[in-house]
Amino acid sequence: MIPLQWYLYLALALFAVGLFGFVSRRNVIIVLLCVELMLNAVNIALTALGTALEDVTGHIVVFFVIAVAAAEAAIGLSLVVLIYKRFREVHLDEVKMLKG
Amino acid sequence: MEKLVFGYLALAILVSALLVVFSRNAVKAVLWSLVLFLHQAVLFLTLQAEFLAAIQIIVYAGAVLVLFLFVVYLINLREEITWPRFLSAYPLAFLAILFLLALSGAALSGFRPAPPKGILTAGALLAQGHTRILGEHLFREYVLAFEAAGVLLLVAVLGAVVLVRRIREEGR
Repeated sequence: MIPLQWYLYLALALFAVGLFGFVSRRNVIIVLLCVELMLNAVNIALTALGTALEDVTGHIVVFFVIAVAAAEAAIGLSLVVLIYKRFREVHLDEVKMLKG
Repeated sequence: MEKLVFGYLALAILVSALLVVFSRNAVKAVLWSLVLFLHQAVLFLTLQAEFLAAIQIIVYAGAVLVLFLFVVYLINLREEITWPRFLSAYPLAFLAILFLLALSGAALSGFRPAPPKGILTAGALLAQGHTRILGEHLFREYVLAFEAAGVLLLVAVLGAVVLVRRIREEGR
């Protein structure tokens, strides 16, 4: 049996990688992909805790996280398409104008 | 054997996550995240969560990544390869995340979980299966959240359609 701690460290490392990408990449599409990475790290932690505690709540929360992530990806990517249509640009440091 | 499998999965997940963050080409980043999601589905299987492994593959690899690929192909970024990948402040971000890792790693080292509740035991999993147990609890205790998630998905789809449609009318 693999100790719970290992899963939590893995989730922490994956979350840190995703957070680094989220705050430092320029491309908006990859920033959104890094949000998915962080959500996946949380899913690993929730699943491991649910299995270790023999409780079903953790796994059900993972189910809802995946549903919300799908909704978030749809809205986020349509916003990316909007930004691209207006500015011809998907890089965060180039899009500075608040009132276009 | 179990630990070997876990080690391989953890290594593959972390390496593909790093490749997502560091790759210049957006298409390659999306494909590396596909590798990550498939390995994560196997990781769910090692945690006896076969339903979560299935929806991980169906929703993430099947729907979300296809959406990402569509947008990457829609937006033509041929010169992207030669531009800088990171914002100019990225060393500061790296430092902050290093501290975050150190602090939460220290916090995790003293972590002890609560005693098990005994719903999702190995015997129940063998007798009924993960999907059935999850479904029974989902439609009994969490049915309101389930309905809310359905409405959220509907609103998201309508919102995406409305957002992209308005631009097309302005373009005419």
